[in-house]
Amino acid sequence: MGEFRVHRVRFFNYVPSGIRCVAYNNQSNRLAVSRTDGTVEIYNLSANYFQEKFFPGHESRATEALCWAKGQRLFSAGLNGEIIEYDLQALHIKYSMDAFGGPIWSMTASPSGSQLLIGCEDGSVKLFQITSDKIQFERNFDRQKSRILSLSWHPSGTHIAAGSIDYVSVFDVKSGSATHKMIVDRRYMGVSKRKCIIWGVAFLSDGTVISVDSAGKVQLWDSATGTLVKSHLIANADVQSIAVSDQEDSFVVGTAEGTVFHFQLVSVTSSSNEKQWVRTKPFQHHTHDVRAVAHSPTALISGGTDTHLVIRPLMEKVEVKNYDAALRKITFPHRCLISCSKKRHLLLFQFAHHLELWRLGSTVATGKNGDILPLSKNADHLLQLKTKGPENIISSCISPCGSWIAYSTASRFFLYRLSYEHENISLQKVPKMPAFLRSALQILFSEDSTKLFVASNQGSLHIIQLLEGHFKHLHTFQPRSGTVEAMCLLAVSPDGKWLAASGTSAGVHIYSLKELKAYCTVPAYNFPVTALAIAPNTNNLVIAHSDQQVFEYSIPDKQYTEWSRAIQKQGFHHLWLQRDTPITHISFHPKRPTHILLHDAYMFCIIDKSLPLPNDRTLLYSPVSLTNESDVRRRTAHAFKISKKYKPLLFMELLDERTLVAVERPLDDIIAQLPPPIKKKKFGT
Amino acid sequence: MVEEASLRVVRCGGSELNFRRAVFSADSKYIFCVSGDFIKVYSTATEECVHILHGHSDLVTGIQLNPNNHLQLYSCSFDGTIKLWDYIDGILIKTFIVGHKLHALFTVAHTEDSVFVTINKEKPDTFQLVSVKLPKSSSQEIKAKEISFVLDYINQSPKCIAFGNKGEYVAAVRDFYLSVYFFKKKTTSRFTLSSSRNKKHAKNNFTCVACHPKEDCVASGHKDGKIRLWRNFDDDKKYTYTCLHWHHDMVMDLAFSVTEGTSLLSGGRESVLVEWRNATEKNKEFLPRLGATIEHISVSPAGDLFCTSHSDNKIVVIHRNLEASAVIQGLVKDRNIFTGLMIDPRTRALVLNGKPGHLQFYSLQSDKQLYNLDIVQQEYINDTNLIQIELTKAAFGCQGHWLATVEQWQEKETELELQMKLWAYNKKTQGFILNTKVSMPHEDHITALCFCNAEKSENPTLVTASKDGHFKVWILTDDSDIYKKAVGWTCDFVGSYHKYQATNCCFSEDGSLLAVSFEEIVTIWDSETWELKCTFCQRAGKIRHLCFGRLTCSKYLLGATENDILCCWNLLSCTLEWSTKLNVSVMGPDPNSENIAAISQSSVGSDLFVFKPSEPRPVYIQKNISREEVHWGVFIPRDVPESFTSEAYQWLNRSQFYFLTKSQSLLTFSAKSPEEKLTPTSKQLLAEESLPTTPFYFILGKHRQQQDEKLNDALGNELVQLPLTENIPAISELLHTPAHVLPSASFLCSMFINSLLLSKESKSAEEIPDDVDMEEEKESEDSDEENDFTEKVQDTDSIDLGEDIMHQLSKSEEKELRKLRKVDYSWITAL
Repeated sequence: MGEFRVHRVRFFNYVPSGIRCVAYNNQSNRLAVSRTDGTVEIYNLSANYFQEKFFPGHESRATEALCWAKGQRLFSAGLNGEIIEYDLQALHIKYSMDAFGGPIWSMTASPSGSQLLIGCEDGSVKLFQITSDKIQFERNFDRQKSRILSLSWHPSGTHIAAGSIDYVSVFDVKSGSATHKMIVDRRYMGVSKRKCIIWGVAFLSDGTVISVDSAGKVQLWDSATGTLVKSHLIANADVQSIAVSDQEDSFVVGTAEGTVFHFQLVSVTSSSNEKQWVRTKPFQHHTHDVRAVAHSPTALISGGTDTHLVIRPLMEKVEVKNYDAALRKITFPHRCLISCSKKRHLLLFQFAHHLELWRLGSTVATGKNGDILPLSKNADHLLQLKTKGPENIISSCISPCGSWIAYSTASRFFLYRLSYEHENISLQKVPKMPAFLRSALQILFSEDSTKLFVASNQGSLHIIQLLEGHFKHLHTFQPRSGTVEAMCLLAVSPDGKWLAASGTSAGVHIYSLKELKAYCTVPAYNFPVTALAIAPNTNNLVIAHSDQQVFEYSIPDKQYTEWSRAIQKQGFHHLWLQRDTPITHISFHPKRPTHILLHDAYMFCIIDKSLPLPNDRTLLYSPVSLTNESDVRRRTAHAFKISKKYKPLLFMELLDERTLVAVERPLDDIIAQLPPPIKKKKFGT
Repeated sequence: MVEEASLRVVRCGGSELNFRRAVFSADSKYIFCVSGDFIKVYSTATEECVHILHGHSDLVTGIQLNPNNHLQLYSCSFDGTIKLWDYIDGILIKTFIVGHKLHALFTVAHTEDSVFVTINKEKPDTFQLVSVKLPKSSSQEIKAKEISFVLDYINQSPKCIAFGNKGEYVAAVRDFYLSVYFFKKKTTSRFTLSSSRNKKHAKNNFTCVACHPKEDCVASGHKDGKIRLWRNFDDDKKYTYTCLHWHHDMVMDLAFSVTEGTSLLSGGRESVLVEWRNATEKNKEFLPRLGATIEHISVSPAGDLFCTSHSDNKIVVIHRNLEASAVIQGLVKDRNIFTGLMIDPRTRALVLNGKPGHLQFYSLQSDKQLYNLDIVQQEYINDTNLIQIELTKAAFGCQGHWLATVEQWQEKETELELQMKLWAYNKKTQGFILNTKVSMPHEDHITALCFCNAEKSENPTLVTASKDGHFKVWILTDDSDIYKKAVGWTCDFVGSYHKYQATNCCFSEDGSLLAVSFEEIVTIWDSETWELKCTFCQRAGKIRHLCFGRLTCSKYLLGATENDILCCWNLLSCTLEWSTKLNVSVMGPDPNSENIAAISQSSVGSDLFVFKPSEPRPVYIQKNISREEVHWGVFIPRDVPESFTSEAYQWLNRSQFYFLTKSQSLLTFSAKSPEEKLTPTSKQLLAEESLPTTPFYFILGKHRQQQDEKLNDALGNELVQLPLTENIPAISELLHTPAHVLPSASFLCSMFINSLLLSKESKSAEEIPDDVDMEEEKESEDSDEENDFTEKVQDTDSIDLGEDIMHQLSKSEEKELRKLRKVDYSWITAL
């Protein structure tokens, strides 16, 4: 018999939505990603590609374009015809503004960042002035016959290129008139296709316009004469996106076949100055359409219908072998979508527009370590809770006792009371939830299920007392004066004395729930917090950061614990620091106070603080399941015991001292639910 | 009468033409390829071998045009020399002695006086690229001492080294890395591909490399079929490459088009030449069905022609628009020979297995494949795991009227598929046409096949012997056709002997007796009645070879057994005449004499014994003719009998003996000294400066010119003489003598003019009118044209150089008169 009995859950039917746009901000080294359901995510590339912020989606807001302007301001435009600006501090939508041009297909900010250009369905190109708090319509350019699908500014800001259907036009910004119209060949491998859609254009400083189109061509045009310079036929399907590096020495295109091609400007001979664009490496990391690409100084970033965000580093640009030098594939959000009721063995799954409640199966059988036990009772799908309205669910939680469910959208907060009578469940909505609870980023119940903690996007923390059938607002911790930083992570101590909260940027605040006041702040650290938990009995706060560091902070002593100091002194194992995904969940063993259980998407780890720490020479991970306790103890006598059996692992929690629940989401199951990719003939079949 | 040097074993053609890349001359008129110890010069227009450059004493390993004089050719060889040739005249100009075994040769335009060669030092697998300074000296043999080292640890094959951008850098590949050496900077950059054992990168090995003629771009071919185009390779960090992937198997060779480098050619085992235009994956053209694996690709300096060398010893010249324009086919060698060596009685060509499922007809005289006969008639699929249909036996009968072939296909022990085909020679099409197809002629493998070749026999007869214990007699009969015109082969008699496996069969020379061996026993059958006449049994192991004696020795039957006994039976007395202990592996009778050649195998080599069946004493013994096993041997009758006086060589007077070793080199015996052994064609077909030289040209080319001239003017008759200038000794001497040995122009001038004049005696009065009449009346009749061609040849042969020009005028007058007369005459008849 092994150490744990593991519920291996694979019925979480989560499918991330496809990536539509990607925008890279060079100043802050951040990446904005918009998905087809309207969600916008912000990744911090300096913090190991951690997804630090997100804006929940909305059914009517299909984003078609995303851009950064004036440094840190993020704009999006979509098929509902509105331009939206996001508030990156408070994590809500600052304003939305109708452009009055029908659906918007493209948007780009001027090189100076002060102007915004949009391309509309009706063929108009509109110029907006970005003011300090809003945008203001300035004027229209010459109207074109058909929709403007792509736009690009000349780096000097004097001209723009606009891709439409069958042609690319070049506008003079001053006069607003089209100076050239470059008609694209419709033929596709010798056959005349219906229309040739210019999916993307890029204007280079030497006057070259690069266009990518639905006939699979990448074409280089001379904008001064309006002539075709070179044409590369690279795909049998559409080429859908293009991104140029800042130095203009390389660009990247993404095709509907899932291939990303890299083009580089190389000198013809080493002695001459003549240079030419050459297609160099193809990358096939996607199975479906690559809808968006971005070019950071050191990496090619691509995303598409297959929901992966792929970051492919350019080896020649990466100086030292560090975290940036490896290929990254981000599929799952870096937050928990699952909560669990330990008492009743319930799992609550959060989807974009509904919640699912499942009861875990059970078994009476016993077996050896590694055996698969037959279920005497299958897992039950107890409840499906659909949201009303077009908004996506931001966060959700089920209470440890299993009798409360809370979730929030951007405009409302919902609390439900569950009652169990044998096999039947009845659900009762708690009415009149206060409006200030809306768009809660994190919801948490206390261990005894009597209190509800809500972290709102305004930076305040609300404490609600739960009573039979109704509730009482106890207290609100207001944010520090002057800051409106949203709080994303919460942790409460099992004895109910302490509450820890962390915002989007560094800094963990600890509040005393007895005295209802701020207690202390953990010293600031450079990297954002990915997971928080307070240990029972000792009230040690365990904090995981996106650079894979783990700290242990003693709340009563207001200082880091001895173990934490020891591990900081020695440093983590290099393989631990090179892991791919952030730690998303931390929990503790009720009987073994020295154990910390944590997991990311590809591994599950038990840190035993009583054992010596590994150094770089010792083997961190050996592929033997850690369930055979005595064996593992003897063999790997260091603190980190790692299991990679379950992957991709979305959630892992200790139900009781001998039972674990692991929620997996195999990638093949996600692929199977996506629309079929473009069929390609495979040689030899 | 040649002086009789000692008899030597010599290679007789059939050497690999595909050993190295072929090289084009600057004007694309000639193509050079290495062929054993020689270099062959072919005309690209006519596929004819124009010259053979002899001089190296070992395998020639590399040829390159002299970049400073494109009428000269460098060659290097395992004998350690670099030779410079004048290929137009076939003259060796200079020999540079380097001393090391040279494996490959490269020339670069800007390095005036040095060439690059690959040598290996010390260890057997480490090769170095070195530059050799060729000293300037007037003497014929010069020692080239100045060797400077360029690159170490390179691949032996010249395909793995390429010079780029006018010799600024050299790229070399080996295993998993590419090294580029820059001559100016004197630095080497090295790029390594991942070579891990996992599935994805396991076949990353480099196989070949080529450099772009204009840009800094190196193309490399890989084992997994990818082509990588490397750029920016002067920077260790910023280098980049593009992949082109079409080939599913190893890329064998790569070449850029010369002028602009806009297209890249690649080839491999798929036998498809791929042209990548603008180095883009989507823009490619194919030339498929080239027949065999492409081993090498080369491009002419003018850029109008490509050529591919194939594994079946073939060079295909391909036009720029991807149309094959000429095929130079040597002896196909890359397969097992099952059929043995045979002689086609009509063409005197050597016949043996060729391409898979084909029979090749190879002319020994011109070292050229005459044609291929597709026996199996099935598409050949190149797959190592596939079991192919094998052509196992073939035999000619009735003076080449019939050809019998046997093919077999055996996937498992129990599943044997046999097919016997009989082919009739069709005089109209000059080829063999399938007449009868017999599926499963026997239950088991056919071990022997022979025709009754007696001249008197009225009915063609074929005998097959098989492991199933039977021999079958097949005769030609009327087929079931009401017109009784079709003929086909049917089984006439099945014989067996105590269920022993039939191993050999053989007809006596007059066709009256058939000998069939059944394991250890030889049975003699009467071919009239198919009665068993007698049996011989020597209990000396299974009979391996069986043959009747010829001419005066036709009463003897010879048998060689597996226990190394050679027996000779007298058929008149039915007794053993003599026997001797000899391990015979090949035995063949000479069709023109009583001699029988036997080759015996021993651990050190093979020995040849020539003997007459009438006496057990050999006529001739040559020890150690080859270090390898000899697999097949055959006597080939000579066209012109030699007259060796020496007793030992008399057996070679009427026939020549050819034999094929295990490594498939075709060897023969020669008594001539090496210098004398020239192929006769090489002397006859000297390069005509601007004329493609085929025998057809002399007939057809003249014919056409004659017709044109007749249309043009009435004076055509005089101009008709011009195409015959090659027959005038003075002119041919003028054209063929190298310029540096010619006398002064003033001296030559009068001689030349005189040679163009016509003598009066040559044109007799009767001849000329006949001539013109014929031409005017029957313009297209070939036989007449040929007639007057021969007449004129005789005319010009008897030209007197001292004749006067007056005769010409009189002749034209005469002709005009005759014309007038003719017009009058026709007018009268019309009235």
